Amino acid sequence: MTSPAIELKGISKAFGPVQANKDISIAVQPGTIHGIIGENGAGKSTLMSILYGFYKADAGEIFIKGQKTAIPDSQAAIAAGIGMVFQHFKLVQNFTVLENIVLGAEDGALLRPSLGKARRELRRLEQEYELHVDPDALIENLSVGHQQRVEILKALYRQANILILDEPTGVLTPTEADQLFRILARLREEGKTIILITHKLREIMDITDTVSVMRRGEMTATVKTAETSPEQLAELMVGRKVLLRVEKAPARPGKTVLEVEDLQVTDDSGVERLKGISLNIRAGEILGIAGVAGNGQSELLEVLGGVSAAQGTIRVNGAEIDLTGKHSDGQSRRARGIAHVPEDRQSEGLIMDFQAWENVGFGYHHDPAYQKNALFMDNAALRADTARKMEKFDVRPPDPSLPAKNFSGGNQQKIVVAREIECNPDLLLVGQPTRGVDIGAIEFIHKQIIALRDEGKAILLVSVELDEIMSLSDRIAVMFDGMIMGERLPEDTNAQELGLLMAGVANGGAA
Amino acid sequence: MDYLTLLQVLDSTVRLATPLLLACLAGLFSERAGIFDIGLEGKMLLAAFFSAAVAYLTGSVWLGLLAGIGSSMVLAGLHGLASITFRGNQLISGVAINFLAAGMTVLIAQDWFKQGGRTPSLIGGARFEPITLPLADTLHPVPVIGPLYHDLISGHTILVYVAFLCVPATWWVLYRTRFGLRLRAVGENPAAVDTAGVSVVGLRYAAVAICGILCGIAGAYLATALQAGFVKDMTAGRGYIALAALIFAKWRPWYALSSTLLFGLLQAVALRYQNIDLGGVVIPVQVMDALPYILTVVILAGFVGKAIPPRAGGEPYVKER
Repeated sequence: MTSPAIELKGISKAFGPVQANKDISIAVQPGTIHGIIGENGAGKSTLMSILYGFYKADAGEIFIKGQKTAIPDSQAAIAAGIGMVFQHFKLVQNFTVLENIVLGAEDGALLRPSLGKARRELRRLEQEYELHVDPDALIENLSVGHQQRVEILKALYRQANILILDEPTGVLTPTEADQLFRILARLREEGKTIILITHKLREIMDITDTVSVMRRGEMTATVKTAETSPEQLAELMVGRKVLLRVEKAPARPGKTVLEVEDLQVTDDSGVERLKGISLNIRAGEILGIAGVAGNGQSELLEVLGGVSAAQGTIRVNGAEIDLTGKHSDGQSRRARGIAHVPEDRQSEGLIMDFQAWENVGFGYHHDPAYQKNALFMDNAALRADTARKMEKFDVRPPDPSLPAKNFSGGNQQKIVVAREIECNPDLLLVGQPTRGVDIGAIEFIHKQIIALRDEGKAILLVSVELDEIMSLSDRIAVMFDGMIMGERLPEDTNAQELGLLMAGVANGGAA
Repeated sequence: MDYLTLLQVLDSTVRLATPLLLACLAGLFSERAGIFDIGLEGKMLLAAFFSAAVAYLTGSVWLGLLAGIGSSMVLAGLHGLASITFRGNQLISGVAINFLAAGMTVLIAQDWFKQGGRTPSLIGGARFEPITLPLADTLHPVPVIGPLYHDLISGHTILVYVAFLCVPATWWVLYRTRFGLRLRAVGENPAAVDTAGVSVVGLRYAAVAICGILCGIAGAYLATALQAGFVKDMTAGRGYIALAALIFAKWRPWYALSSTLLFGLLQAVALRYQNIDLGGVVIPVQVMDALPYILTVVILAGFVGKAIPPRAGGEPYVKER
């Protein structure tokens, strides 16, 4: 048997009292795709940073092709044939593709020969791996998917044999993710070794040969992908049985809560973002909005949530709401029974430096329950209320005085969801409820949304995760280019049909 | 205005633009690498003093120049230490350097020369002398071209020619060499440089050092070429004008040449025409003196396109995981 392309033996790393990696050992065979899966904070990124020379391990050894190798810095990692594609790309935005590829791997003090050589090499790599990208394009003009290709090309140009990808699909559309997987499969055919770090089970099942599961800094298992199941992996990740399928009873819709007619939004630069949206949601029903990010979903949420102005008509429980005047704000919307879980919890849902109880109070400062007298708020009441909500929504740690930034992504999201659901809204707007959230928290948040529906509330769910839309929604509307391309019932459609609608192909057929 | 007057104004423009150009290119190197530097003024001032002092004491202007560059580089090193190694605030470090230089020069000058914070006047070999280019005198009688060559192009000190040659040199270094590529990258996205296995700290120190050298030459030019000796606060805000010119130039070398020439022209006009009389309305000299600054405000307000600074400018680099 050949020696593994890369082997780790007993890697440990601690940050102060936190043991990020505990005695980790894995061996990855050449020409395979090895998945590393684990929840946020399980220590995956730390492990990869050690491999790429960002951190020095406290203990343990790294073997490359059977040779013991020290990796004190990134340069050593590159020399050892390790290439890394970070979750946040390390590209210079106003450089060309070629310049980014050459950066740090120039052949001499003058640029011209280096660029010429890189251009030839790039052409060869393009043919060999079917990685097409214009060498003279500026990075800032490329789509995210193409930027990622540049990162891969950067690694290949440095003759990487081992490619590490950290959460590569987090920023990609479903189509782009499929293209990436085709590229990875191609790289594997050519004998490259790939380590894929992710928290998405589907990706692991789709493309990897072997998979290692990490939990709280430890490697809990390494198994052949063909011999495992998503359920088993989820259990290994979380440490208990997880329900991957959302269980819900059929909807029992009541009267119409939300009616939207011919909603139009034009942004500051004069671009039409919403081109006449009409939809309605009844009580006890979840309407899912599917679509590739940037097709007007955010604008729709913002208008409904009172963040931005629009033309058209919106009625809530039969009464029209103000879309442009001074009653077009979040405060007025809440008074009308609309609660809003914004798409980006870090920039819109929370103030990261504020404590949990202060964050839970946002939007509800005028709630009579939190008033001590005419001048002062009753902070003690708000704190007590926060503690109760944190308990109910299983926020860990349940400490109202902890700043929002000290919670994990999943727990931050639970704080926002708790704040919005607990005010007992008639209509809940939810944007990307589980973006960057670990499996355990996803399960919990999904349950809460279903429970709210079963109480007879109307819910508008916007998500770029098609799986999430399909499993939660009672009806699915697909948005493309500021319009609703069509509406489907989840039981009557499939991912292919929705994917076509998301790409702007009407009726799932010819355009 | 006749041809000769025009040539005189342009000649004075070149002289006045030279320190601005050197300081502007100094700032360009530093800021392109992501280190904002409002300490150009202080570095020039200290270099002006030490070049004049050493030139006076040794009688050699070249030793003076070396002393000027050396002292400017000490301040540049200080700025590097504060903003690169200790990841401090670059603006505060720059302001501190300006204060330090303003106070220190006068203090040392008074202690050494007892002339109220100035150096004695420099004479002979302690000053840079104008260079007469070949054939300047022979060609002088030729109409139009002769005076142009003799009065405008010839007859400057070596430092003026050095400054103007720095423009293509800077362009070449920035866009045609490995160092330039890395320098520009480190000012845009240091993480990209770091993960490519190149030292962010090393690159930024190199940029700050180049900034120190160029500021040193600019300061020495002020005290040993433009004027004959150091006087208190002789930089007179040139470091700030150079920064304004840098923004005007959108951090590009050739644009830096045109913007500093423009600011130089404004200063030359202000110097020559103390009060401009426009059909009864007298424009006082203060308005002319303020013009570069007014121009900067107008430019920054967005009348002349958008100036996008290097993206990582002003931010200390901290490795993230």
